[in-house]
Amino acid sequence: MATTHTRSAARLMMAPSVILLFAWMIVPLGMTIYFSLLRYNLLMPGTEEFTGLLNYEFFLTDPAFFDALKNTLLLVGGVLAISVIGGILMALLLDQPMFGQGIVRILVIAPFFIMPTVAALVWKNMFMNPVNGLFAWLFRLLGAEPLDWLAVAPLTSVVIIVAWQWLPFATLILLTALQSLDEEQKEAAEMDGAGPISKFIYITLPHMARAITVVVLIETIFLLSVFAEILVTTNGGPGTQSTNITYLVYTQALLQFDVGGASAGGIVAVVLANIVAIFLIRMIGKNLEA
Amino acid sequence: MARKVSTQRKVAFTVMAWTIGFLMFFPILWTFLTSFKSEGDAIASPPVFLFFNWTMENYHEVQSRSDYFSHFWNSVVISFGSTLLGLLIAIPAAWAMAFSPTKRTKDVLMWMLSTKMMPPVGALIPIYLIFRDGGLLDSRIGLVVVLTLINLPIIVWMLYTYFKEIPGEILEAARMDGASLMKEVIYVLTPMAVPGIASTLLLNIILAWNEAFWTLNLTTSNAAPLTTFIASYSSPEGLFYAKLSAASTMAIAPIVILGWFSQKQLVRGLTFGAVK
Repeated sequence: MATTHTRSAARLMMAPSVILLFAWMIVPLGMTIYFSLLRYNLLMPGTEEFTGLLNYEFFLTDPAFFDALKNTLLLVGGVLAISVIGGILMALLLDQPMFGQGIVRILVIAPFFIMPTVAALVWKNMFMNPVNGLFAWLFRLLGAEPLDWLAVAPLTSVVIIVAWQWLPFATLILLTALQSLDEEQKEAAEMDGAGPISKFIYITLPHMARAITVVVLIETIFLLSVFAEILVTTNGGPGTQSTNITYLVYTQALLQFDVGGASAGGIVAVVLANIVAIFLIRMIGKNLEA
Repeated sequence: MARKVSTQRKVAFTVMAWTIGFLMFFPILWTFLTSFKSEGDAIASPPVFLFFNWTMENYHEVQSRSDYFSHFWNSVVISFGSTLLGLLIAIPAAWAMAFSPTKRTKDVLMWMLSTKMMPPVGALIPIYLIFRDGGLLDSRIGLVVVLTLINLPIIVWMLYTYFKEIPGEILEAARMDGASLMKEVIYVLTPMAVPGIASTLLLNIILAWNEAFWTLNLTTSNAAPLTTFIASYSSPEGLFYAKLSAASTMAIAPIVILGWFSQKQLVRGLTFGAVK
């Protein structure tokens, strides 16, 4: 039984976390909203003035915004498709009886622990380089012309790099879910004459459904903010071919010093992320009750 | 008969799984191997896999030329600092929510989670300007504070899911036996909570070590951790694959090893307890 005394103690114990997070959320967000309504360029100090929604108008009608929006969706969608489908297949495979399962799991999960700048630079130089990369060597071996990956297919290249990092995450979570599947249920289905495919569709897949949803939502949150991989590989280029919204806001803020415009972009990104967040919060909230 | 078939299947699965595992791991293995090559061997065509002159030259070079260890030290200070500070703030909160929950506990947890959903670009500009005006750009203290705040929701959540598994009856029993609050905390709760705290610590060090949005935007040289240091290799001069590989290997090795130990906790931590 919680007494009034312990309850006020509990409140006191929670206070630092709550206050800090509240400040972290509200202060920068409030400032970003405020900046987004100003004409504010760091190169022209003292000329700040209120411009209403002009920054949003510029940002949302800028062709670069549409490219960035398209690239963001392609990047998120591409990586999600690879990591969810690949993750399901790999989880199914790793769940089978085999020798050295633990070691394979360690090998598969390793890319998730690689810092983004290392992953991106290793792929960029040692694999995708058109002269010295391993892919170039493979292409020549097969008699094909080596590809300048980052120039010809910049967004695809970024998708490959990011997918390499997130596929292990999906695999690990789906495998965890798979291993909690009741063996008896599968055996019962087998006795009823279910083949491997119908067993997968009617038993395994529904069992993994929640884990898949969690993977999709969590990856989406992180993938909307992919930054380092773009910065060290393509710098968003050529042109805006591999610029996502996060990178676009970064270039406007820290390269063009357009605080007002970048802030409007930041708010647009926040709105987009919130649409995803609503679904995620609901899912996890439901789980908390169970 | 049936046993024989199952051995064949097992071998087939083993071959398939090892092939895929090897392919996924290959970029890391390749980086590791390249770090021991001369720059000439590193770009040899056809590539050499194992039969080259193994050398430690690159490790020496990276250390002497670019002050690798000051960046390594920055990474250590920033990831451990932000994690410990986060634990200090989060342990009481998670404790209170797990042991004396109220009607609003769930809402508070959900709200904390929602702060994690805000994309960093939404806060980049104000934080950058505040840091610039406060002299915090390129300072370790500034980064520790930011990384503490961005990981605080995950820390609170992970601790909460661990603390909740500690049975409350044990506390009541201890109280019945006349244990004071101090004794209750030291002898009953701490031993039961330590594994959860350790897992949380581990996962957060990994997350902080690899964080590459705030570290890249808020540091340039003095406080630059390994993420920023490695990024400086993106515009190289001349031959550098072997050196890049040596620097990369040193940057990722500690975390890959820690990561392997924390696989299970990783699932719980990153799915906020939704998948266990």
